[in-house]
Amino acid sequence: MAEIKLEHITKRYPDGFEAVKDFNLDIADGEFMILVGPSGCGKSTALRMIAGLEDITDGELRIGDEVVNQRAPKDRDIAMVFQNYALYPHMTVRENMGFALKLAKVPQNEIDTKVEDAAKVLDLDQHLDRKPANLSGGQRQRVAMGRAIVRDPKAFLMDEPLSNLDAKLRVQMRAEVSRLQHRLGTTTVYVTHDQTEAMTLGDRVAVMRAGVLQQVDSPRELYDNPVNLFVAGFIGSPAMNFFPAKLEGDHLKLPFADVPVSGDHRNAAGASDGELIAGVRPEHFYDPAIETGAGGCTFEVPVELVESMGSEVYVHFGSGGGAQSEELAELAQDSGAADVPSSGDGMAVARLEPSTKARSGERMQLGLRPELIHLFDARSGRNLSLAKAGAGPGDGAGVPAAPPGETDQEAAERNDRGDDQPGGDQPSTTRLS
Amino acid sequence: MSETARGPRILGWGSANFAVLVFALFPVFWITMLSFKSPNTISDGRLIPKDWSTENYSQIFKQSVFTDALRNSIGIALIATVIAVVLAAMAAYAIARLDFPGKTLILSMALAIAMFPPISIVGPLYNMWRNLGLFDTWPGLIIPYMTFTLPLAIYTLSAFFREIPWELEQAAQIDGATPWQAFSKVIAPLAAPGVFTTAILVFIFAWNDFVFAVSLTSTNAAQTVPAAISQFPGASQFQQPTGSIAAAAVIVTVPIIIMVLFFQRRIVAGLTAGAVKG
Repeated sequence: MAEIKLEHITKRYPDGFEAVKDFNLDIADGEFMILVGPSGCGKSTALRMIAGLEDITDGELRIGDEVVNQRAPKDRDIAMVFQNYALYPHMTVRENMGFALKLAKVPQNEIDTKVEDAAKVLDLDQHLDRKPANLSGGQRQRVAMGRAIVRDPKAFLMDEPLSNLDAKLRVQMRAEVSRLQHRLGTTTVYVTHDQTEAMTLGDRVAVMRAGVLQQVDSPRELYDNPVNLFVAGFIGSPAMNFFPAKLEGDHLKLPFADVPVSGDHRNAAGASDGELIAGVRPEHFYDPAIETGAGGCTFEVPVELVESMGSEVYVHFGSGGGAQSEELAELAQDSGAADVPSSGDGMAVARLEPSTKARSGERMQLGLRPELIHLFDARSGRNLSLAKAGAGPGDGAGVPAAPPGETDQEAAERNDRGDDQPGGDQPSTTRLS
Repeated sequence: MSETARGPRILGWGSANFAVLVFALFPVFWITMLSFKSPNTISDGRLIPKDWSTENYSQIFKQSVFTDALRNSIGIALIATVIAVVLAAMAAYAIARLDFPGKTLILSMALAIAMFPPISIVGPLYNMWRNLGLFDTWPGLIIPYMTFTLPLAIYTLSAFFREIPWELEQAAQIDGATPWQAFSKVIAPLAAPGVFTTAILVFIFAWNDFVFAVSLTSTNAAQTVPAAISQFPGASQFQQPTGSIAAAAVIVTVPIIIMVLFFQRRIVAGLTAGAVKG
């Protein structure tokens, strides 16, 4: 058990490419920290530097109270779960799990006890004498976890441990990983590109882009108060919709509607001299035919596609214009444009109650809660709605970006999915109201 | 393929295979039969011996020329194999894992050495070995065998090492293994089939070699069987040692045949490892 501190960590390859740039992160003792970002953002490199598998070019890495930059992986007392599990194919499950203890010259009977205890926890006791080749994917994954936990290390490092499992098993193992971490209380750093894993597993989530830490915060805060376009677009599924916007008087001009905005929004927008991008979460649209009391503004849009999920309905509609930005382009490239609606093709997604009458090919009335709009500077990508809280890509790292006067509790209530409080009841936030 | 075409095709291929087989194995069959003939009937021109005898075999085992040569062959081939495989394993591991300057140079040099016809260096070696005192000694043969088999061994082994995921080694490091422990407890056991294949190939080369053996040795001290056979004395000065030669040839062939039959799948796997992917 130990805290992990990364101070100004930089990874520069011999060809000059910087995979990780001036990375600062404090991981508390017992915390479950997620590193998330699109492929190639440097998250795995950061993890491997903590493990000692990559040299640190610059900066200082502390595990516990000791600087471990120069230590070999074996002297750092950490355990790692690899993406492809890296089980030793010539050893049985028992030998795989006990290998580290055997190297540490732990007496054989103690090894046996520890391995059997871990096997019981992971439901592997039937398989201890089998070879990895004869195990299913989920079992192999558990052996890899078991190999980590028998050692009782200072920290667990996990590099996309669930990405090789099929969807159903992944959900199951996700819960298991979470349970195990809570039970053991071991500091854990978990790398993933799957934002669902990031949101559900972590105490805190660090979002990375191109080697730079964008924002570190609780999943809730990342969702509610993303510091920039990248975080806003990356966190959330379906992703946030982005529209080019222009402030005209007390109205925000969106491609499909003019939305009345309040003073706070105007002030926020005033901080930018350039173009604006409005970000709207799919659940912040509503069907005025169902939620008659909601006090937003309504407008008519062409419905292109209706996807029913049972408990909710995703309505894809043409918004009449998509927002353009470097960060959004990168997101679209990483995840496929479909995951980032309105990042160019002008399509947007609304998440509506299942009782909606929306039909594809028809036009429908949609409502929007203007007070929940995020305003971003199109050039820098910064979330202007948060500007006054002093959070930005640089200084926001490691600092919770919660606006003053708002508790997590309030934020959580306000943004609860299916939330249909009238806008006027919103607590006062920097976002506006 | 239509039904009518199938029969003739099989027949065609079958007879072609049979022809090749006969062509390749008939000499072996012939020398085996020869080795079972008694000295009196050795030149009677029959293929199948009229009276079977193992006299040739008992004869050669009574001659120290042959028994010493057999001892030398086994010893030299085994030592050359062990040293070559150990060196090649270390070199191949470095080539597969590390990126160091001159890596391609080393590989191409190794290949160039393998291309050298042995006969072209035998002359200089003969002189050098005589000056260095290596002529007619075990090391005098072990060194050239090693040199000529190392390139092939390095190639085969690095193909095997490349197929072992690097993450296994990293996992071992994180589990607390020193680099040596990671190599000896994780990588080496996984590369065992490759090591085995390489060892067999090296052994066969050393066992079969004639050029070096006949040029760099002169006495029982280091002469191997192929060289010794060529210098068998006859029972009398006027008699050809045909029977003895036949028996000795059969005896040196048997271990190789057994080994190849036994391990042929591994050898094929080893030779083609990395040929398709990686």
